[in-house]
Amino acid sequence: MYKSMEEILRRTRVENRPFWEVVLLEDCKERDVTREDSFTTLAGMYRAMREADSAYDGELFSASGLSGGDGEKLRRAVQKGGMLCGNLIGTVMEKAVKMGESNACMKRIVAAPTAGACGVLPAVFLTLEEERKFPEEKMVEALYVAVGIGGVIATRAFIAGASGGCQAEIGSASAMAAGGVAYLMGGDGEEIVHAAAMAMKNLLGLACDPVAGLVEVPCVKRNVIGAVNALTSADMAMAGIRSKIPPDEVIDAMRNIGIALPSCVRETGQGGLAATRTGMRIREELFVKR
Amino acid sequence: MNMLDIIGPVMVGPSSSHTAGAVKIGYISRKLMGEEITVAKIHLYGSFLATGKGHGTDKALVAGLLGLYVDDIRIPQSFELAHECGMEFVVDGIELIDAHPNSVKLELTGKSGRELEIVAASVGGGQVRICEINGLTANFSGDYPTLIVHNQDQPGHLTEVTSMLAHKSINIATLQLYRDERGGNAVMVLECDQEVPEESIRWLAHLEGINKVTYLSLK
Repeated sequence: MYKSMEEILRRTRVENRPFWEVVLLEDCKERDVTREDSFTTLAGMYRAMREADSAYDGELFSASGLSGGDGEKLRRAVQKGGMLCGNLIGTVMEKAVKMGESNACMKRIVAAPTAGACGVLPAVFLTLEEERKFPEEKMVEALYVAVGIGGVIATRAFIAGASGGCQAEIGSASAMAAGGVAYLMGGDGEEIVHAAAMAMKNLLGLACDPVAGLVEVPCVKRNVIGAVNALTSADMAMAGIRSKIPPDEVIDAMRNIGIALPSCVRETGQGGLAATRTGMRIREELFVKR
Repeated sequence: MNMLDIIGPVMVGPSSSHTAGAVKIGYISRKLMGEEITVAKIHLYGSFLATGKGHGTDKALVAGLLGLYVDDIRIPQSFELAHECGMEFVVDGIELIDAHPNSVKLELTGKSGRELEIVAASVGGGQVRICEINGLTANFSGDYPTLIVHNQDQPGHLTEVTSMLAHKSINIATLQLYRDERGGNAVMVLECDQEVPEESIRWLAHLEGINKVTYLSLK
């Protein structure tokens, strides 16, 4: 894994290769695999995301009863038309919620980078693939871009809510998706890393405060903001807007904030939404049910 | 940390630590047993106990003990599957001392009557740690072929094991030694880069002073 975005960009310049290929080459070295093996493996992950999306069951509810059915509501709303955000964003929202619900309902998903944030990347990627008719190969290349960004975040900071709060999960997923979208829209290395930086900046400080300690409330719906934020950040980068704080420094800021976050909002289920009157009541009811 | 830690694993939700990690603990335990498990007593500790129900930790552990892996879509139905396969199980809570917050103690009986007691922890992102085997410290991830040898605390047993591995051209990735008291029960845990042949394990098990050999194969 690369230690900085700057290191990736330097290599793209020195070797005159695209961002995604520089990430692929690093994977070949790290896991001692061929280019073909690496590409096939990541393509398999992308297909697993697609399968997870189509396997959504709108009638399924989680063991706690807290999650289920909302993806179906969004699907109907999109189909009906007239959503304020339009069909593209409507579909992204629908897919993000569906994946989050599938995860809560013990269906098969792809952790990206974590199970709690598993809806962000597929929501954005699958929707763009359908809308813009990108070939699968291009989608896998975009997934390499996301891996490169996620790798730097995991190396410089963290990708677990228990370590750095939700900013480390949904924030990281959003930054990864933003970079991937910038690439799909024709962005170069510079545009990719600034899309990622802006996405991360928008979610800095986000607490990990799941009700009753379960990956459900607010995790499922947070996948929506992560996905939509990726689109708007990529659009900003493609419009020529740059993060005033360099991307690597934004990641360092995420790390510093994560360390400073009290443990009650780092996946302990003790602070924030989990500690509200209703959150506590839900927790008690679940324990009585046991 | 590599690409597959950033995108992946493909897993049954909802939690990489409470679900995928729990399946992996069960799966490794099944491999260590080396035969079908007929009775499983599952004792949950800490966060596994507190939020395990909502995360399907109980179903995940049972699934793993049946030999299912983290991406198997039958995990939610593992209780029914256990019934069909004739595996009895009970799930309850336990207090463990100095244990990781996501820990479980497993008391297992195999088809041949073989017994195995394991304490394991799910340490995040689907990674696990086997902490104790049959009351003695162990400390390994299950990511490598792992040889666990319980022996009398006497000179020479380590040489016997390492010579055998050298003879079979097996490289040792990590090696740990523990004992309960001087001259008492000792354990060595060896994570290897290659698989250890079955006949070598049998040979080892018959040596004087070797009490028990347990092996985790990744095959």
